[in-house]
Amino acid sequence: MATTLEPPTGEAAPPSAAPSQLGLERDAERAESRRGFLIGLPSLLYLVLFFAIPLGIVFVYSFGNRSRTGRTILGDWTLSSYERLFSSLVMQITGRSLGYAILTTVVCLLVGYPFAYYLATRPPKVRGILLVLVMIPFWSNLLVRTYAWRVILGSDGPLVQVLGAVGFTDVRLLFTPFATILGLIYGFLPFMILPLYASIERLDFSLVEAARDLYASGWEAFRRVTWPLSRPGVIAGSILVFIPSFGAYVIPEILGGSRTTMLGSYVVLQFLSARDQPFGAALSMAILAVMLASALLYFRSGAKDVG
Amino acid sequence: MKRMGRTRRWTAGAAVVALVLTACGGGEGDAASAADCELGATDGDLNLYNWADYMDPELLAQFEEEFGVEVTEDVYPSNEELFARVESGGAQYDVIVPSDYMVDIMIQEDLLMGLNFDAIPNVDNIADEFAAPPYDPDLEFSVPYQWGTTGLGVNLSVIGDVEPSWDLVFDPEVAGELGGRISLLDDPRETMGAALYWLGHDPNTTDEDELQEAADVISASRDWIAAFESNQYSDLLLGGETVVAQGYSGNFLDNFGDDEDYAYLIPEEGATIWTDNMAILADAAAPCTAHTFVNFILDAQNGAQLTNWTYYASPNEAAEEFIVDDVLDNPAIYPDDEVLDNLFFLEDTGDSERFYTDFFTQAKS
Amino acid sequence: MSVVDTGSGAGEPVSEDSVARPRRAVERLLAGNAWMVFAFLYLPILVLAVLSFNDNRVVGIWGGFTFRWYGEMFADRNVMGALRNSLYVAGISTVVSTALGTAAGISLERFRYRGQRAYDGLLYLPVIIPDVTMAVMLLLFFVQAFDLAGALFGIDARYGIGTISLSHIAFNISFVAVVVRARLAGLDGRLEEAAADLYASRWKAFRKVTLPLIAPGVAGGALLALTLSLDDVVITSFVAGPGSTTLPVYVFGLVRRGVTPLINAVSVLMLVASMMLVLVSLLVSRRQGE
Repeated sequence: MATTLEPPTGEAAPPSAAPSQLGLERDAERAESRRGFLIGLPSLLYLVLFFAIPLGIVFVYSFGNRSRTGRTILGDWTLSSYERLFSSLVMQITGRSLGYAILTTVVCLLVGYPFAYYLATRPPKVRGILLVLVMIPFWSNLLVRTYAWRVILGSDGPLVQVLGAVGFTDVRLLFTPFATILGLIYGFLPFMILPLYASIERLDFSLVEAARDLYASGWEAFRRVTWPLSRPGVIAGSILVFIPSFGAYVIPEILGGSRTTMLGSYVVLQFLSARDQPFGAALSMAILAVMLASALLYFRSGAKDVG
Repeated sequence: MKRMGRTRRWTAGAAVVALVLTACGGGEGDAASAADCELGATDGDLNLYNWADYMDPELLAQFEEEFGVEVTEDVYPSNEELFARVESGGAQYDVIVPSDYMVDIMIQEDLLMGLNFDAIPNVDNIADEFAAPPYDPDLEFSVPYQWGTTGLGVNLSVIGDVEPSWDLVFDPEVAGELGGRISLLDDPRETMGAALYWLGHDPNTTDEDELQEAADVISASRDWIAAFESNQYSDLLLGGETVVAQGYSGNFLDNFGDDEDYAYLIPEEGATIWTDNMAILADAAAPCTAHTFVNFILDAQNGAQLTNWTYYASPNEAAEEFIVDDVLDNPAIYPDDEVLDNLFFLEDTGDSERFYTDFFTQAKS
Repeated sequence: MSVVDTGSGAGEPVSEDSVARPRRAVERLLAGNAWMVFAFLYLPILVLAVLSFNDNRVVGIWGGFTFRWYGEMFADRNVMGALRNSLYVAGISTVVSTALGTAAGISLERFRYRGQRAYDGLLYLPVIIPDVTMAVMLLLFFVQAFDLAGALFGIDARYGIGTISLSHIAFNISFVAVVVRARLAGLDGRLEEAAADLYASRWKAFRKVTLPLIAPGVAGGALLALTLSLDDVVITSFVAGPGSTTLPVYVFGLVRRGVTPLINAVSVLMLVASMMLVLVSLLVSRRQGE
């Protein structure tokens, strides 16, 4: 990946004037483009060293064989791990994970958007504090928090008792898909709120006022001005929620009682139970390829809408 | 001692042979990697890699004081994670505590150092039954640390007096009546193993039809199984969320305390016995300190202190006189001979591991 | 905790009176939703806090009020060591990844150059990749790298805080960059250009105009990085070395034998400590404002 990155030339810069005009302008563009590249260079080098190269190792492993003891044998290359990706079990698990992840993302967006909007419209002094207050619960351990949900949802827990008091007896909440999705929403809601907040907060609200004068209804103003302008936040937030909930395994295990296996758990099983690194690696590669393709597509469509 | 005469699947005969071997310093098999250490010698601080909550901190403090070294203990959550780190060469530890089948795998992969029994004379304290385990028959590379069983924790006040049987989780007539308050382990080998015991099959089977049968049993039981849970099963049981739970002996007993309403049962169809074992990594930085530490833990009083702290049984026969009666007389920790004969080790099934994983995953959902 | 200041920092592009407050009814709905969300976020925290005073090892059964878990916590050298390691790693990785991630976000969103798309893709991969895969690959990588370092330079590299921090930065850069870009996208670039004309140096223009503009995004990214770092179990446990266990890894090991209220006590301690930090930074920013 790194090899395609050369010091930039003017070609990639946005077209500006007729080609004959302008050594000078072109030089300026080139310098600008080089500057941009240099700003990004440290992170690029870091990611190449500590991500791309390690990823390359796992990519190679995905073509290896599992020895009888669970070591990965390199050298006798095979595609068999990739063939197993098309088994009905993998398809079934993928489908279910997809459903859970979409539901989680939608609910997070429905709850998180108005919340981020509310936060962003507070006086500047208060905003920062409120934002940190959102994050504080997440600085305690994920496992501990999720186990606390177990107490809340349990058969003797407060929620079931409240439900019982209003006439819904014998309800089971813990170890149901409901509990899993609730846990996923709880776990990933801040990932939605943060980018949404960042993009709503920067809105020029005089635009909204103007729109309010133009279109009579507030809804219309929201639909035509606020929403399109906050699209980048919506997209970033959706990706940050969708991807980890698609690959979640701690939450479905604790709150769903592992009664439904999600893709994340299945990958973990390969590495930490079946000791099948090649298959685990192949699964990961497939997830990466599919998700990256859809994320880039999603981003592109979003960027176009924003204009 | 009442347990002196008990026999095991790996038979007294083998044990005697092994004992003779160990007495003559059976660690010579891999002389190249065996450390040349004197009794009680140290060659640096000790890095111990252990399961969580599996070592009395007092013991470590005593060891530090007695030998003037620092002990750093880190924990791992599973044998597989331990294996991944050790196999890649990314574990800078001296002593590790793998379970039975993992010892077997690590020996095959040349990851363990041959033990030098000149530096571990306390190996003589190990009970005959543990002196020749199938995964390391001559104790060349490992010595047992603690052992226990996988069975069922039950709430007696709800289910009453029952036969110890896997019927409690798989039989629709029995388990189906418990209102969906059952948990099984979330572990392909243990949970499929339970179904295999119930069906009367070998828990280490590689026969795909038998595995399919076991998966069908689990799948059919989903209606009354609340959760597949490997960590908090005893909390769920004590909290009333479940009334029957599959789990490990010491964990249940530690949590039950003196509460008479709860009991740990070893199902009569068969159940899993496991040992965790001390081993020294082939590339340990402080092999002599490691030997000294292993010897220290195998000391009679120290072994007893460990068991009194963990509630898991000790393979250390000499330690028994120092173990508190509550533990020693508890058949759930130290089962009687009849039960012992019906306990099985889970062995590595090689290429079949993936079938366990996939059949189990399919059965769960 | 400069994050708090930057969130409400100077150079706010929107002055307070231009903020269009939605109408009454909508405003009330929004406020209601906000309170519900806060209640939702803090409900488990409340449960956790109550349980940390529970005189019963079993979670969920009340055994009376006690402070003993707090006593045990401070006496337990494993817990305190793990807590210290966690804070250390979280601090390092948050600072470094926020700097690198912000730069990456600006570079990709504000400039055009060849190979950008590949960089863009690379930046998303750490967000997408399953934890356990990243854990395994980093382990394999460090093993190779250490062998190489040993062979070439005779360095005996050790696993520890260093390897954990390097790994956390590797996934945090991407999360920070995603949040910063969400902020940058659609920001009016002309503002910066004007500033560049106004101030002689690019750096000054960046500091005076761009940085305040993107500050909330940077703060959000930093918060996200801190949170991810404090929560990571799998990757950390693969690349940790002797004595460098972090709190989540230690807790993960403990849950195998049952979460004792001790762990709840640790969580409450961390919460109280972070609340205090927020309070202090609030007071400090107040004073500076005066």
